[in-house]
Parts: sequence; C-alpha cells; structure tokens
Amino acid sequence: MLEIRNLHVQIEDKKILDGLTLTVNDGEVAAIMGPNGSGKSTLSYVIAGKPDYEVLDGEILLDGENILEMEADARAAAGVFLAFQYPLEIPGVATMTFLKAAMNAQRKARGEDELATADFMKRVRAGAEKLGIPQDMLKRGLNVGFSGGEKKRMEILQMALLEPRFCILDETDSGLDIDALKIVSEGVNALKSPDRAFLVITHYQRLLNYIVPDTVHVMAHGKIVKTGGKELALELEANGYADYKTLAA
Amino acid sequence: MPAVQETVEQVRAIDVDQYKYGFVTDVEMEVAPKGLNEDIVRLISAKKNEPEWMLEWRLDAFRRWQTMRDPQWARVDYPAIDFNDIHYYAAPKKNAAPKSLDEVDPAILDAYKKLGIPLREQEILAGVQTSKVAVDAVFDSVSVVTTFKEELAKAGVIFCSISEALREHPELVKKYIGSVVPVTDNYYATLNSAVFTDGSFVYIPKGVRCPMELSTYFRINEKNTGQFERTLIIAEEGSYVSYLEGCTAPQRDENQLHAAVVELIALDDAEIKYSTVQNWYPGDSEGKGGIYNFVTKRGDCRGKNSKISWTQVETGSSITWKYPSCILRGDGSRGEFYSIAVSNGRQQVDSGTKMIHLGKNTTSRIIAKGISAGRSNSTYRGLVSAHRKASNARNFTNCDSLLIGNKCGAHTVPYIESKNATAVFEHEATTSKISEEQMFYCMQRGLSAEEATALIVNGFVKDVLQQLPMEFAVEAQKLISISLEGSVG
Ligand SMILES: Nc1ncnc2c1ncn2[C@@H]1O[C@H](COP(=O)(O)OP(=O)(O)OP(=O)(O)O)[C@@H](O)[C@H]1O
Ligand SMILES: [Mg+2]
Repeated sequence: MLEIRNLHVQIEDKKILDGLTLTVNDGEVAAIMGPNGSGKSTLSYVIAGKPDYEVLDGEILLDGENILEMEADARAAAGVFLAFQYPLEIPGVATMTFLKAAMNAQRKARGEDELATADFMKRVRAGAEKLGIPQDMLKRGLNVGFSGGEKKRMEILQMALLEPRFCILDETDSGLDIDALKIVSEGVNALKSPDRAFLVITHYQRLLNYIVPDTVHVMAHGKIVKTGGKELALELEANGYADYKTLAA
Repeated sequence: MPAVQETVEQVRAIDVDQYKYGFVTDVEMEVAPKGLNEDIVRLISAKKNEPEWMLEWRLDAFRRWQTMRDPQWARVDYPAIDFNDIHYYAAPKKNAAPKSLDEVDPAILDAYKKLGIPLREQEILAGVQTSKVAVDAVFDSVSVVTTFKEELAKAGVIFCSISEALREHPELVKKYIGSVVPVTDNYYATLNSAVFTDGSFVYIPKGVRCPMELSTYFRINEKNTGQFERTLIIAEEGSYVSYLEGCTAPQRDENQLHAAVVELIALDDAEIKYSTVQNWYPGDSEGKGGIYNFVTKRGDCRGKNSKISWTQVETGSSITWKYPSCILRGDGSRGEFYSIAVSNGRQQVDSGTKMIHLGKNTTSRIIAKGISAGRSNSTYRGLVSAHRKASNARNFTNCDSLLIGNKCGAHTVPYIESKNATAVFEHEATTSKISEEQMFYCMQRGLSAEEATALIVNGFVKDVLQQLPMEFAVEAQKLISISLEGSVG
C-alpha cells in the first residue's frame, strides 16, 4: 500500500527526516512510537502533502505511484487521510457544512456524483452516534470551542465518512478519557479492512491494547531504528527510548 | 455546500476579467458639457422641471461647496480630482419621461436584463425570484423606470425617482431633504446637493408594512460622467420597509466619481432596513480605472423606539469612502450596522459607521468584517458617542479583519466618546489571517485551494450575510468569492 524509500526532509534548513524507510502493507495496522521531536508528525504531514517541507531525497509511493508531486487535495482524493494531532478550528463553518463540502469534493475528484442530502445526513447521524458525538455539535463551527477529546472524535468521524484507504492517526489517543479511548478505538477497528491500512502514531502502549498493531516501528532522529511485533511496544513501555536515542545518533 | 460549489464554478468560468458587469451599453445620450458652474446647476434643475426653491437650494449648496476643501483624513490615496473634467448630466435621449416600459430604449432594458435585474413586471413574476421586488432603475443621471408603482400605491406607499417626487410630492421632499445630512455636512455631500441628478424616493405611511422589498439599481454607463444620486426614505409612525440598492459600472481606464447622499428618517416605532450590495468597477489588478465611491449615508431615528439598520456588502470601487450612520434621537431607538468589505488588487477601503446616541435607552450594534487580499488596504473607522442625556445608552461593536496573503493591510480606528456615565460601550476587534494550517487542514480533507478559501471566507462573513434579505444573500456570497478570485496561492 504505502512505501517510503530513503526519505530526507528539511524545513527552514533544519533536517528532520533523515533517510526514513518504511513499508505498510494492505490491511496492515502499523504503529510508530518515538520520543518527542523525533519527526513523527513531520512524517505524517509529508505523506499528506503539507507545503513548506522540502523533500531533499527519497520517494513516497501509494500503490506504486509516487505522490510527492501531488497537492494535498489530490492525495486526499487518492485515499490519504490524516487525523491531526492538533485539529484546526474553522470559525463560522458549521461542522455539517464542512463534512458535506469535503465528501463532495472527494467524490467529484473521483468522478462520482454528489451525495443526496438525505443520504448524507443519514451517514453523518449514524457515524456521530457511534462515536458518541451529540447531534448539536454538528451545527457548531468546526472544532470551535470543542474540547480536546471532542476534536479527536471529530477527526475519526471524518475518517469514517471519507472512507480513505491509508489512514494516519497522529496521537489520536492523547486527550481522550478512558471511555472515549474505547469508543474511538472501536470506531477505528470497525474500519479495518483488507484494502485499508493504518499508521498509528502514539506514545502509549494502552492504545495498542485496543487497536492491536501488526507491526511496531521505533522512530528516533528522523528514521526508523527498530521494527518488531506488538511486544515491542510493551518493551518500550518498560524501558523507554534510552537505547534507541544513542542508536540513531 | 452548493453555494460554495457554485461559486467555485463561477470563478473558474471567468477568465481574464473577473468583473462581469464591465460591458458598455450603446445608447444615444444627451450629455451636458463638461464642467461645474452655476449654469450646469441651473441646467440640471431645468431638465428636471424642478420647483424654484429646489434650484435655490442647489445654488446655495454650490456656492458653499466652492469655499470647501476635500477631506484629507481618510486612509486613501488618489490624485486630485479635476471637477471641471466631468459631465454632470447624462441621460438616454429616448427617455424623455416614458409613460411605460415600451417607451424605454430596448438597449437599456437589455442592459438591466444582462445585469440580472428584470424590469418587466411579468418577467419578475415569471422569473426565479421567490418574492416580488420593486425596482427603480437609475441609468447614469436619470431614473428610467420604477416597477410595481401601482401595486405599491394601493398600500399608500410612494416609490418613485426623486425627480418625480420633486414634481408630484414637493411638500414631502421639501420637509425632509437635507434634514439628516445638512447641505454643508461635508465636501462630497455639498457637491451632491448642488448637482444631484436622480435617485429614489420612498414614503411609507403611518402603520403600513411595505408589501414588498424595494430596490434601486444604479448603473453608470457613460464615460467621464459622475453619478450623483440622492435617496430619501421616510417611514412614518409604526411603518416598516426593507430597501436594497445595487450598483455596477463598465470597465474603463479612467476613474469615475460617484458621490451619493442617502437620508433615512424613521418616526415613532418605525423600522427601516437598508441593504447595499456595492459592486462598482474596482479597477484592474494594477489599480488602473475604477469608481471613486464617496458616499454620505445617514439615518435619523427621529421617533421613539424607531429602528434603522444598515447592511452592506462592499466588493467594488477602486476607492470606498463611506460611513452609513445612525442618529439615535428618539428614546429607545436602535441602530445597527452590519458590513462586509472585501478588497483585492489595489482597492482602498475606508469605511465604517457612526452611532450617535442622543436619546435615553438607545442601543446600537456594529458588526464589521473586512477581508483584504492582493495589495489592497482596508480601514474600519467607527465612532460611537453618547450625549449627556443619553442615559443607559448601549453599544456593542465587533470588527474583525481577515487577511489573505502578505501584501494587503487592515486597520481599525475606533473612536468612543461618552458624556453620560450610565452609557456602556463594548468593543471587540480581531485581525486574523487565513492560516496555512487551516488551508492545509481543508485540503487534506479534499477541498481545493479555491474551495478552502471560499469556505473559510464564508464562515468569516456568515453573521453579516444572515442580515441580508434572503434573495440577495446568495448573490452577495457569490460576489465575495468572485472578488477574491486570484487571491489564492
Ligand atoms: N517549522 C519548523 N521549523 C523548525 N523546526 C521544526 C518545524 N516544524 C517542526 N520542527 C522540528 O522538527 C522536529 C520534529 O517535530 P515533530 O512534530 O515531527 O515531532 P514529533 O515526533 O511529532 O513529536 P511529538 O511526539 O512531541 O509530537 C522537532 O524538533 C520540531 O521542533
Ligand atoms: Mg507529533
């Protein structure tokens, strides 16, 4: 599904990704763990096509096709979704309005018809209910005044509605209370499918009890320094990153 | 979001020129010689068969104007205007007092049709519009037609051109003209008093709720011509009227002057809602051409518990200088100002409002949204004042600026004066940019850069758009996006 080869990225003359290589297969749930500032969010932004990052070398292939030249909206239409670590607020734009604009924009890019309003409403209502998002919230400006946890749920609702193929979750667990963590994880698990893959960025093993990864990667200083199974997360929880920090330096 | 979708498509369909009202209509015109002097003032008055007192009023204004200077305090920059290089009167020849639409030059009817303003009543009824709107169409210096006059007359409403009002209802005009904006109020208002050519007159009798929206559509067509319109709206006790004006002009390399005066009078318990969708030609991206829009608009809440609200969507003109204001004279009266000012290219906007609290328990509310893009400059200038006797006066002001790109500017200049200790004035102001983070967030969800900008801008102006009559809100929304065309990236 996603293949990243020898990726070197800098921003404002600061090198952040330093020869990163990573493969995520169809149907796989891959977790990335790593110390603060190691470049995890940067990696997710570069995959999603945020401007300003300078790719010095390497490539990112989605189903064999290099996506580095594509704009962010084209990548979204191709199936890349990023649940942001810090979701943005869009004042005055009702959440419902935003969801519809996004869904229809992607459908249009793929040459599909716009959704009928009734169908759209039904999907949104059902999705919101599953994630414990009150209907009232859908009328409010997107993310405006939402609590940290509410914002994260809204990211997952968007993911569920847009049905992307490659989903990146950047610290979706931070800010969620214990019940919400369960609800959100169930939401993510419900989306698991053989032709969809997940890249789950987290600091805590606890999330991985709910969203069980097939592989765990450790990232330090802008590259993957170790790859293992789900037991690797437990080991990190016990011992921290001390060993890996020196390994990468 | 169909409106956004539509907007984006419309924006795409426009290629080189983003101003779609820039066409010129070929009509045989009667044009007065260039220049400003007493003879021109007499000629205008004679053309309109005005009563003698009106001519004297104009001449007095002209003499006073000659002793005045143009205002220097606004944050706008333009070369000195040569007032002798302008035509002060231009009227379609065929229009010598048409009795019906059939006598109006078809080219003019066509021009309005092209602008989306149907003037034939049957077309309006058959058209897409959901409710009836009566239109007064002003073409250069004269009103060419006013629709639904008879139907309105049945309700006792007078809706006609100011020229006709001067002939048919001189006592009303005489009583109210200049009573809100005095002849010597300011340089451009005084000039207007001397040479105004046409505009609309509205009179709503006691207790009448005007049965339909009223609107005036101003079109400047002739070259080197100034448009000086004068509008007077009187709402008698307990009456209500909603009025909208729209404006466009052809695309020309020379600047053209538009100096209007609008006076509103609301008596006891009356309400006037005045909306403007201003889309004069803004000049090209380098700042060549465009309309100088120097306008004085003022409403007098003369009666107790009266209410006047101004809603404006300003997207056009190369320079805008206007401050629709309310004098809150009657106890318990209320003034409102809702504004969206969009500037792009090299446009300059200096706009805002004045809320003058004179009576007890008067309230006012100001919501101003400025959007600047390109190399434009936008200033909000507002005054809120409470007179000694204005106990319990309340004002809430919120002005927000949104910047698109790094080359534009936004400024806020609020003046607050309170001479009464019980007055409470609140002021909020924010300046924000459409951040790259917000753009990326929207694009990550699949929206194109244009769609993302349209969405964020629509969100920003929503509070104000909601104040516009429904029929015009969608139109205004489109206009805003079109004005911002080319501001992305
Ligand atoms: N615009 C920028 N200019 C300079 N440095 C930047 C910029 N953006 C990110 N960085 C730096 O890049 C490094 C990686 O940041 P990134 O956000 O990717 O880390 P992270 O692994 O997601 O950390 P965390 O676990 O705290 O979320 C940090 O040192 C950060 O300060
Ligand atoms: Mg991060």
